[in-house]
Amino acid sequence: MSVRHALLALLSDGPKYGLQLRNEFEGRTGDVWPLNVGQVYTTLQRLERDGLVASSDGSEPGPQKDYRLTERGEHELAAWLTTPPDMSAPPRDEVVMKVMVAAGVRGVDVAEVIQVHRRYMVELMQEWTRLKAHDDGGDLNFALVVDAELFRLDALMRWLDAADGRFARALHEREGDPTGPVPVPTLPMPRRQGVRR
Amino acid sequence: MSALELHEVFKTYGDGPAAVHALRDVTLTVDEGELVAVMGPSGSGKTTLLTIAGGLEDPTSGEVVVAGDKLSTRSRGQKARLRRRSVGYVFQDYNLLAGLSALENVSLPLELDGVPARRAQTMAQAALEVFDVADKGQNFPDELSGGERQRVAIARATVGDRRLVLADEPSGALDSVNAEGVMRTIHAACRRGAAAVVVTHDAKLASWADRVVFIRDGRLTDQTRPPETPEALVLREVS
Repeated sequence: MSVRHALLALLSDGPKYGLQLRNEFEGRTGDVWPLNVGQVYTTLQRLERDGLVASSDGSEPGPQKDYRLTERGEHELAAWLTTPPDMSAPPRDEVVMKVMVAAGVRGVDVAEVIQVHRRYMVELMQEWTRLKAHDDGGDLNFALVVDAELFRLDALMRWLDAADGRFARALHEREGDPTGPVPVPTLPMPRRQGVRR
Repeated sequence: MSALELHEVFKTYGDGPAAVHALRDVTLTVDEGELVAVMGPSGSGKTTLLTIAGGLEDPTSGEVVVAGDKLSTRSRGQKARLRRRSVGYVFQDYNLLAGLSALENVSLPLELDGVPARRAQTMAQAALEVFDVADKGQNFPDELSGGERQRVAIARATVGDRRLVLADEPSGALDSVNAEGVMRTIHAACRRGAAAVVVTHDAKLASWADRVVFIRDGRLTDQTRPPETPEALVLREVS
């Protein structure tokens, strides 16, 4: 997550103090990503160094110093908002990796490995949903953050279900050594580093 | 008191080598006020579990207890009566009768059970109020939005003394906001004391439940643990 750009966005409606930026950041992200005020000051110093923000005077950062967006900062913000981040390479998801390597470990029941993770993820989703149930829907930012987390976990859950199905089928079709590891299906292309456009 | 108990329930269709074991040794207790989700892949026995829990089908062996009543000791007629009185169903497509108004849809199960029409309609109106569709009583199903139809269906499932709601993939083909609405409504019914069993393959819906039970090849294989301290977990996650 780019704290840098989030701060630029918060400065787009007028000059603000560091502490104020911290509070607004936390408010706009549904209080789900706590931000250290020291981190805010460090980021502001870098933004100032890069000419993206300007401060009221040249003194050290502190509660009385306010920051405003420069013209360069405005361009940077506009460019960031309309440029998707690089998502071409699959993230190294530990759950995905774990399930894939588990298939090659002798004596390990992949279905059980999958179920342990499935249960954990549903439990996390229950926690988020409980927070959502307490909320009357009035806090839009909070609802958006909770949805993002639920959808992320749900995507992994679906992948676990799909993996479970694939392994079950592979097990069913397997001939020969019934105690050996389940063969991991190989991709038609030996090395794939993501989707290139 | 528990609203539903399944004890060592087996359900087998057919016999010999062609037999299909839909449920194997299923034991499950659902307390009053509890919302339980049953998750599993298609063909794992989810729907069979629900039809047996609601007395629509008999188990091959084992016992089903609904609101303290052992179904095995009841005649067919008594079971039908128990189903009408104590159990509400929410189906994928809601099964509202097109020729009846929302109010009549909700009062119908009461009237079938011999409640006088006037009284049944008063109770139905109260149920519509609970789910925020009191002003839609005179509308026919095709005059209602998807979300309103859901709420009418859930009002029908909980009208009168129904203490057990059984829902089979209640979100159907709804978009995620409306699907959440169904679960929010069932959740609200449980907070009012009803017990509910929802079968689904959708983790987002299942996560509304107090407890999620996993079914696989007709067996309950796992379930979620009760929360430690509800908010502490989330804060730990993000800090």
